[in-house]
Formats: sequence, C-alpha cells, structure tokens
Amino acid sequence: MKRKKVLALGLIAMMSAMTFAGCGSSASKDGAGDSASADGASGKVYYLNFKPEADEAWQKIAKQYTEETGVPVTVITAASGTYEETLSSEIVKDEAPTLFQVNGPVGLANWADYCYDLKDSSLYNELTSDSFALYNDDAVAGIAYVIESYGIITNTKLLEEAGYTTDDIQSFDDLKKVAEDITARSSELGFSAFTSAGMDGSSDWRFKTHLANLPIYFEYQDKGIDSTDAIEGKYLDNYKAIWDLYINNSTCKPADLAGKTGDDAENEFVEGKAVFFQNGSWEYANLTDKGMTDDELAMIPIYIGAGDEKNQGLCTGTENFWCVNSEASEEDIQATIDFLTWMVTSEAGTKMLSEQIGVIPFKKAADTTNLFVLNDRAYTEAGKTPVSWNFTTMPSEEWKNGVGSALTAYAAGTGSWDDVVSAFVDGWASEYAASH
Amino acid sequence: MNKSKAVKLRFCEWGMIIFREDHFMEKAIRRYWPIFVLPTLAAFSVGFIYPFVQGLYLSFCKFTTIKKSTFIGFGNYAYAITDADFWHSFWFTALFTVVSTVLINVIAFAIALALTKEIKGSNFFRTVFFMPNLIGGIVLGYIWQILINCVLSIAEKPLLALDATYGFIGLTILMCWQQIGYMMIIYIAGLQSIPDDYIEAAKIDGATSGQILFRIKIPNVMPSITICSFLTITNGFKLFDQNLALTGGEPAHASEMLALNIYNTFYSRTGPQWKGYGQAKAVIFCIMVILISMIQLKFTKSKEVQQ
Repeated sequence: MKRKKVLALGLIAMMSAMTFAGCGSSASKDGAGDSASADGASGKVYYLNFKPEADEAWQKIAKQYTEETGVPVTVITAASGTYEETLSSEIVKDEAPTLFQVNGPVGLANWADYCYDLKDSSLYNELTSDSFALYNDDAVAGIAYVIESYGIITNTKLLEEAGYTTDDIQSFDDLKKVAEDITARSSELGFSAFTSAGMDGSSDWRFKTHLANLPIYFEYQDKGIDSTDAIEGKYLDNYKAIWDLYINNSTCKPADLAGKTGDDAENEFVEGKAVFFQNGSWEYANLTDKGMTDDELAMIPIYIGAGDEKNQGLCTGTENFWCVNSEASEEDIQATIDFLTWMVTSEAGTKMLSEQIGVIPFKKAADTTNLFVLNDRAYTEAGKTPVSWNFTTMPSEEWKNGVGSALTAYAAGTGSWDDVVSAFVDGWASEYAASH
Repeated sequence: MNKSKAVKLRFCEWGMIIFREDHFMEKAIRRYWPIFVLPTLAAFSVGFIYPFVQGLYLSFCKFTTIKKSTFIGFGNYAYAITDADFWHSFWFTALFTVVSTVLINVIAFAIALALTKEIKGSNFFRTVFFMPNLIGGIVLGYIWQILINCVLSIAEKPLLALDATYGFIGLTILMCWQQIGYMMIIYIAGLQSIPDDYIEAAKIDGATSGQILFRIKIPNVMPSITICSFLTITNGFKLFDQNLALTGGEPAHASEMLALNIYNTFYSRTGPQWKGYGQAKAVIFCIMVILISMIQLKFTKSKEVQQ
C-alpha cells in the first residue's frame, strides 16, 4: 500500500514538473542581475542585444562594469533574426529591457513610444556628429553605436594571378571587363570572378537590401532627398547590369542561386574559388579566422555605372541605434545612460566596441585593426564620397522580400526583369502606403 | 469478454497512455483526482486559457505590444478576410492537409500491418521508421531543402524557392517522412490489441485475408484511425517550422501556409495595424482548426466499434 502511495506522489511530482518546466524562461541570463538588491544600488541595466556574434563580449564587459561600479548589468541576446519578436515580448514584462535597439527610421516607427529622448544625455554629447543620432521629430530617439562599410571584398592575390590589381578597377566598365575576362579564362585560371550570389535567407540581404541601396542612393542624390514615398527606379538599369554581372560570372549557374547560402559564398571566397565577394566590414573577423591575411584582402566600392564613379567610396553607414526604454524607472534610465557613457568613454568599453563591433562614432573611440574599415578611411581621406546607407528607408521587410523573390526568379529564368522593376517601384508605393 | 481484461486506450495529443483497469488504481484516482488534475489545470489556464482570451481581445485592437493597445472593433477581421494572400495560403494549406493526411495514414497503416507480421527484425524496422520523428522540424526542413534542391538542380528543374508545385511536393515528402513512423507506432498498438481469437475464428470460417483486413482489423483499429487522422489533420493545418525552413513561402508567398502567413503579417511590416491584422487572422485560423478537427473526430468516432 505504502509503495503505491509513494508511486502516486512521484507521478504527481513528475507531472507538475513537466507541466511547469515549459513555463521557464529559455533566455540565458547572466548572473549579474541577481546582485541587484545586494548593494541597494539606485538603478540597473538590462540590455537586449541584437548581435549574437558579440554576445560573449557583452557578457564580459557587463560583468566588468558591475565589478567596477556595483550597478547590475544584464545582457540577453535575441536569437539571430528574432529580435523584433523577442523585444515585443520582453518589453511588456515587469523587468523590461532598459536598453534595446532599432534599425533606423522604419524600425523606429514601431518603437517610438518606448524611446526616451536622449537629447540632454551625456551619451549624445559623446557623438562625433549629429548625423549619427536618430531623430523622432525633435527628440533624439536613438544613438548609432557602430559605423559599418560594405563593398566588394577582393582577393588581391587571385586578382594579380589574373593579371590585374585593384587600381585597374575604377568604374563599372572596368569591373565588367575584369570579371568577364576572368570568366573567359576561368578553366585555365582555376577560379571564377564572383562568389555565388546566394538567394537563400542567409545571404539574400546582400542583394535585396545592400545592393539595392545603390540605385536608391543615386536617385536620392539626384533629387536631393533622403527618403521617399514612391521610388522612380531611375537607376534600375544599372541595378540590372551589376546583377547580371554577378550571376553570369559566378562559381555556379544562375539557376542554382536560389539555394545557395551565405556560408557557401564565404567558403568559396576563403577557398580561393572566386576573386570578388560582396559583403561588409563585419565579415573581416570571419575571413581572418578562416586563415585569410591582410595582404590578400581589400574592399573596393560597388560600381554600378552611376554618378561620379571616380569619386565613389565604399557604402558606409549604420542601421544599429541604441534606444533607452522610456517606460523604465528614472533610476534605471539614468543607470543605462551612465553605462552607455562608460562604454563609449572608458578604455575597456571603447576597446571592446572597436574590437568586437567595429568603428564607433564617438569622440573617444579606440583605434581599429579591421582592414575593411581602414580601407574605408583611406577612400575617404583620398577625397572619395562614401555611399550612404539608405536601405533603412526601405518601406518594409515585405518590400525587400518581394524584390528578393523577383531577383531570384530572374536569375533562374523563371521570371523577367520587369517583375523586378515592378516589385521595386510598384512594391515601394504599395508597401509605403501599407506601413503608414 | 472479461471486463477486467479489457484494454482501454486513452489518447492525448502528445502521446498515448495505456493502462489496465485496476481496482486499486481506480479507487486511488477517485479519491485523489484533484491532485492529478489541478497542476495541469493551473498550467493550462496560465499557459493557454489566459493568453487565448487576451489574444481574442487583441484581435479587435491596434497594438504594438500587448500593453499598448487601442480597441478598434471588427476592422482587423474585415482586412483579414479580404486579404488575397491569406486565402491563397488557406487553400494551399487545405490541399496540403488532405494530401498529407491520406498519404501518411495509408502508408503508416500499411507499414504497421507489415511489421505486426512475424518477420525477422521487425523491432529494428519499427525503430528505424520512428526515428525521423525525433528530429526537429526546422532541421528537417533544411536537410530536405539541400537534398531536394540537389536533385532538382541535377534534373535542371527550378529549385524549391522558384516553383510552388515543387515546394508543395517537397513539403508532402518531408511530412510523410517525418510522421509515418509516429502514426505507425499508434497503428501497431491498435493492431496488437485485436484479440487473436477474432482472427482465428475468421480464418476457421474461411475469410480471405482481404476480408480479415476490411471486416475485422480496420473496424477494430478505428480508435487508432481517429487519433491518427486527428493528429495528421491538425499537424497539416498548423504546419510552420517545416514550411519556414523548406520553402520560406517562396516564390512570392505562393508556398506560404496559414501559420507562416500569420507570422509574416505580424513581422514583415512596421506599424501597429499589422499586429492587429495578424491577430485577427490567428483567431480565424484557430477557429478553423477547431472546427475541422471536431468534424473529423465526430465522423471517425461514429465508425468505432465496441470490442
């Protein structure tokens, strides 16, 4: 009898454990938050981090800050590609993030209600230029914390083997000439011009977002605007030209691009199967980790045959803005601003940001060893104008997906270029209307 | 038949519990039922009923987060039922559910029949067939994407992301591969619970194996058919992970199923109205799934026989 009772109790315990286990939080919390009450400190910081690749560095720096100041800092990183979802659910909790991020003006539209005005904060004063702040009317809703560049990453050794140097590429026509020459001799050389322009979800942003920035940028430049409710598509022929160049001079046939991933392109580049690889300064660590060295790497501008090509630099800008949660308590808001100010002024903080994140737009930024960032600096110093990041004004994710689908179908031959134009121009107008 | 020996099958969504009626256990359950029911009921209320009611309310609102919502009435529903993509995904999902339910159940039952015959290594085969079910949907989706794309590329056909027909076929293959093993286990349990004397008596009476199958085995495994068709229909309707990983709804939403359509409505545009639209679609979706599975349960239950 007794045994049965024990058995019954055991079953109940197991059932309860099973039903409640599902309710537990799956996010990994750093221990720092636990010491909140220990010293009775006036505020605490909870950062919902966007960049999974920098999670470890954030955890470490948070711990160091807590040791130095006694202010608890919790850093939780959203899984890749789920930031909006995670933020939506975290922000309504009692212990909501005091610090989060938005991706430019379109992202801000969702979160403007939650953004504390940072105009009078010590953090805002540390910015090297007003242009790195994200404004919501007059309020400073966000502060950019990293400046990144993208362009065509070039394997200079292979380029030399083909008989060229980066100096030979000063315009779209040069790039086309070099790429097509490499394609013509690819069996003899043993490599192709471009890595696969994969349109899998892990890679399609390079073309539907980053490459699409160029025709948008040149149109904005012509019209002297920095956002629009309807794009005209004036430079779409140039977009077609560069896309054709990518897909026809690549390591694989255009029809296979639909299934190629970001890793595929990266591996092809590292293995020396292609000379050119469109990507950004954030890719530097991945390439060097896989054994590539500075003397075989360079980043050159993406020429599309528009504007003043002689003076065109890399595409440089930001889409990452820190926002402080206005719903948090006053002490927490202050603690968060103090933490960020420390991050961008102290030696430890700036060093971590420069090494792990990239160039930061703050007065006391530590120097960087990222070659692509140095490339960007050299272009700017030579008097070239960087292409700004206008893809933050793209009307919605839905618009990007529409352009991506059309590009994929065009590459495979199941769709026409007219579909791309329609997704680009008509899609812009309808998506802009849908989001406003 | 001796009642105390009768085996009752009780099922719940994530598995099945078989227990022999036992006088002691029955008494214990009668006395201690609150201890068994209450923890689950509490978890169910917190984890399901409360969010469901809140979700129902939010479907009438414009909102960014669940705390900042403004009531707007039936506007969200008006949008949801006029959205062409939503209806496209509904029909795509419905077709997929029909095809996958039929295929999975027929094949799973056939395998179960084969593996209840006394052949060497049938335990080994049962394990092998069950194994795909242990892999998560996202992982399976990506693995099958690579496999199918590779085959399509060699055959010089458009890849999965370019053609919704291949996307549909791919999803069907993937779901069959994943679920047949699970349903097979349920059918095996059903087949094994048919008393041997029934079949023996039929054989003596000179029944053919076809007659044994259709007149004895199938009527007696109706409870298994009920639960298996319930599981496959709801799984088909609710499919999300595999759809996201295998086709991602490409090309241009053509292979997008209902759950993915709701997700995309929620997250692919900014602005508070989109959350409300997504929420309204989710409520419609929920009602649809409940209705369809109720009809199915009623239909198959009516065919069950008492042993």
